[in-house]
Amino acid sequence: MTGLFLVLFMWVHMFMVSSILLGADAMHFVTRLFEGEPIFGRRIPLLVSLIAAIVLLVFVVHALAAIRKIPASYAEYRAFRRHMSGFPHADTALWMLQVVTGFVLMFLAAAHLYQMLLHPADIGPYASSDRVWSGRWWPLYLVLLFAVELHAGVGIYRLAIKWGWFADRHGNMNRRRLTQIKWALTAFFLTLGLLTLAAYMKIGYEHRDNAGERYVPASETALYAEPPRR
Amino acid sequence: MTDAKGDDGRLLRVHVMRYNPQDANSTPHLETFEIREAAGMTLYVALTEIRETLDASVNFDFVCRAGICGSCGMMINGQPGLACRTLTASLPKDITLLPLPVFELISDLSVNTGKWMRGMAERLETWAHGVDKDVDVDKLEERMEPELAQEIYELERCIECGCCVAACGTAHMREDFVGAVGMNKMARFRLDPRDDRSDADLYELVGNDEGVFGCLTLLGCVDVCPKDLPLAGQIAFLRRRMLKEAL
Repeated sequence: MTGLFLVLFMWVHMFMVSSILLGADAMHFVTRLFEGEPIFGRRIPLLVSLIAAIVLLVFVVHALAAIRKIPASYAEYRAFRRHMSGFPHADTALWMLQVVTGFVLMFLAAAHLYQMLLHPADIGPYASSDRVWSGRWWPLYLVLLFAVELHAGVGIYRLAIKWGWFADRHGNMNRRRLTQIKWALTAFFLTLGLLTLAAYMKIGYEHRDNAGERYVPASETALYAEPPRR
Repeated sequence: MTDAKGDDGRLLRVHVMRYNPQDANSTPHLETFEIREAAGMTLYVALTEIRETLDASVNFDFVCRAGICGSCGMMINGQPGLACRTLTASLPKDITLLPLPVFELISDLSVNTGKWMRGMAERLETWAHGVDKDVDVDKLEERMEPELAQEIYELERCIECGCCVAACGTAHMREDFVGAVGMNKMARFRLDPRDDRSDADLYELVGNDEGVFGCLTLLGCVDVCPKDLPLAGQIAFLRRRMLKEAL
């Protein structure tokens, strides 16, 4: 259930950060939206910290729940691997993938959340790009992207079957269909994620000499450039 | 494909695991038997032919030869299945047969599923509770809706062959895990009005990591079940009830 929250958050998150693909102004607008400007009339980056804190909390609870299930000893791990190697079965093998990606996420997602928690104001078309390129976060984001999309895709599929969301009266489910949807979702978000990361890297690279400078939307520069009226 | 004339069938190479744990001189190894495939041949027929014509010492279990007793479960090219329900025509020429894992090995392909099933049944108390109090044999039994009887019968079709346990990664890792067979039985008794047990009683039995909350939803069970039982759906159902009970 914590997994469901994290998957939904992650999907919304991906759509939001991918706003950079629509241009710097679009991403700037999203940034100000999450800093609460339309509601409070001014930018409150602490709101970003608050979201990061909630996600971190759910993330920790999720890890606690998941840790019960991963092989607790080498003997258990070996028993599972032996079973997996002799029994060709996709859903069994995908679980091992979830264990591995989940383990990777424990470190990478924690680092990302810590950054967002303590530096909530460093989000924006230039701020994010500088973090990605000049701040050398892109290798982490690249690995994190693959880990999170694979983990989430398999996870939501398993969740749907685990609780029988689409089961008929007798408990039969359309597994073939659910498998197709699962892979389509993973492929879609991986593509979107890679394009988005590439966009931030490009902007960050081009902006590397002015790293730290903040983005000012074209509409506002025009305003400031205008000579004062009499 | 098999030919209607038996003589022209494929030459099958059946690799059978040979090992007798009771014999100190025995070491596990694969022994290969070559037999001619006949029309409509099942693995049970193939094994019987091997035993009758090539080696009388090959051990494997069977009773009914019709997928009802659940004795002839074995690993068939990596997949758990019933020998009597598997046509050789559905397999390549090379067929590797191993005993079902998890269960105690008796010899060669013969395993003691009974011991495991009994242990599970005793822990989960897979029988109708409360039927023996105040029984009046002269009275008519309480009626049951045909739909309900049908639903119970659907789950009652389990033959305890052990294929779901052999296909379960969790059962491989955790000795006490009750497997799909155990949870299917709990779902079956939960439906049965003759069983007095409440969800709270069932929670004590399967509301733990040896039961529904230990299941990793790997779905091996439902993919190999020779009786096509809707195991994943039944476990999902039981999980929802048990979560409700826990809250």
